[in-house]
Amino acid sequence: MHDRATSRRDLLRACLAAPLQAAALQNKSRVVIARDARLRASGSSVDSARLLKMLDRAMQSFYDCDSPVQAWKRIVKPGEVVGLKVNCLAGRGISTSVAFVEALCERLQQAGVPAKNIVIWDRLNRDLESAGYRVASHPDRIRCIGNDTLGYEDELAVYGSAGSLLSTTLTRVCDAVLNLPVLKDHGIAGVTMALKNMFGAIHNPNKYHVNVGDPYVADVYMLPPIRQKVRLHICDAITAQYEGGPSYMPQWSWPYNGLIVARDPVALDYTGWQIIEQQRSEKGMKALKELRREPAYIGTAADAQHRLGTNDPRRIERVEV
Amino acid sequence: MRAALLIAVFAVSCGPKTRPGTSALFPKTGEVPGWSQKGETRTFQAGDLWQYNDGDADRYVRAGVERLLTTDYRYQDKADAIADIYIMKNAEGAKTILESESEVGSQTAQVGTAGRLYGASVTFRQGRYFVRLVAYEEAEASQALMDLGRAIDKKLVRE
Repeated sequence: MHDRATSRRDLLRACLAAPLQAAALQNKSRVVIARDARLRASGSSVDSARLLKMLDRAMQSFYDCDSPVQAWKRIVKPGEVVGLKVNCLAGRGISTSVAFVEALCERLQQAGVPAKNIVIWDRLNRDLESAGYRVASHPDRIRCIGNDTLGYEDELAVYGSAGSLLSTTLTRVCDAVLNLPVLKDHGIAGVTMALKNMFGAIHNPNKYHVNVGDPYVADVYMLPPIRQKVRLHICDAITAQYEGGPSYMPQWSWPYNGLIVARDPVALDYTGWQIIEQQRSEKGMKALKELRREPAYIGTAADAQHRLGTNDPRRIERVEV
Repeated sequence: MRAALLIAVFAVSCGPKTRPGTSALFPKTGEVPGWSQKGETRTFQAGDLWQYNDGDADRYVRAGVERLLTTDYRYQDKADAIADIYIMKNAEGAKTILESESEVGSQTAQVGTAGRLYGASVTFRQGRYFVRLVAYEEAEASQALMDLGRAIDKKLVRE
């Protein structure tokens, strides 16, 4: 009797679940990984022509377009100021590369975004300079500024556990943001990519490193100007790092020679996390969970309170081009 | 006159964070063959260390860092490098940091009380100092970094 009741319930559950699963599969988060094994012409220097082609391949695949300019036109509307949120905390070795940002600026301008409407920004001018960028604030050209140039809002933005002053470059200058993190390990939070890159948009990131950054990373990303303005994430995985982050440790970096594109920051972070775990495993290092720094904030960002994306691999469409 | 003297003393005490003598821990241009120092030595106190390496700073703070001194270098026209000297409260703190880092891919480096060489990076401790040297170009970096490391080590021993 009991078995029969269970089987009826199972049947009912299966009937209800099937359409839901089908709907979920149709709403998969797309993550495109473009790689080029010959990206570095000689030594460690990147071939800028191949980099541009790799970016084009990634964008055309992500947006299913015949030309890269078509893809870029889908992201930015005429007249909008586009912020490029780079990650330069660790200096030249493991930061969003200048060559990649130059390629991206070239395509943005071809898509009709004038130079004066492009703003490269990060936490500090010093960080930008240490990564090889030239700080520039002339209003008629591409600007490149740290938050110390324009400062922060006076009033706290609050969500959940997060209470921070937001960068005015984000709140008042940019209409749209392209989030350009790097693929790397993080000694406290496990990994740092799309979600955590927005710590560079607040005045007090150092306050949010307890408890493996959970739920702080997800909560910071929920702050409306961040959640609403970021249009796309392109992770610079040309050089990646599987241990010792966020500072640059050449001994634990490797040439992944790739770019990872997603609209869903959670899916991107989940995918990047798996890449880092795989590299750790190949190098004989323990999984992040064993070291008590599994990036739990990725799951939190996907939960019912945050809904910033999905960390369910069945709902992530991983495309490699 | 006395007020002017007091103002002068106050002004001196509120000057830049770089303490007299801190830059003396770094070899000057030409002291080590091929190496030239670039720019000023920067100093970060424990409470401000996150401004230099947010996310990494916490473990140094837990191990008792007092301050960090950092300077950029260039080796011939081949490689850029960075030299960080963490001044800990005691030798145990320097040991904690060195031993907390993975040995994977490293070999013992003959520098300081204990050290490791990882190709483009050298780490070592000497008394309460923990030193990290990182080169951005790996080719020819190892031996050159070791030369720079040993020169820093000599200065630390004298402190």
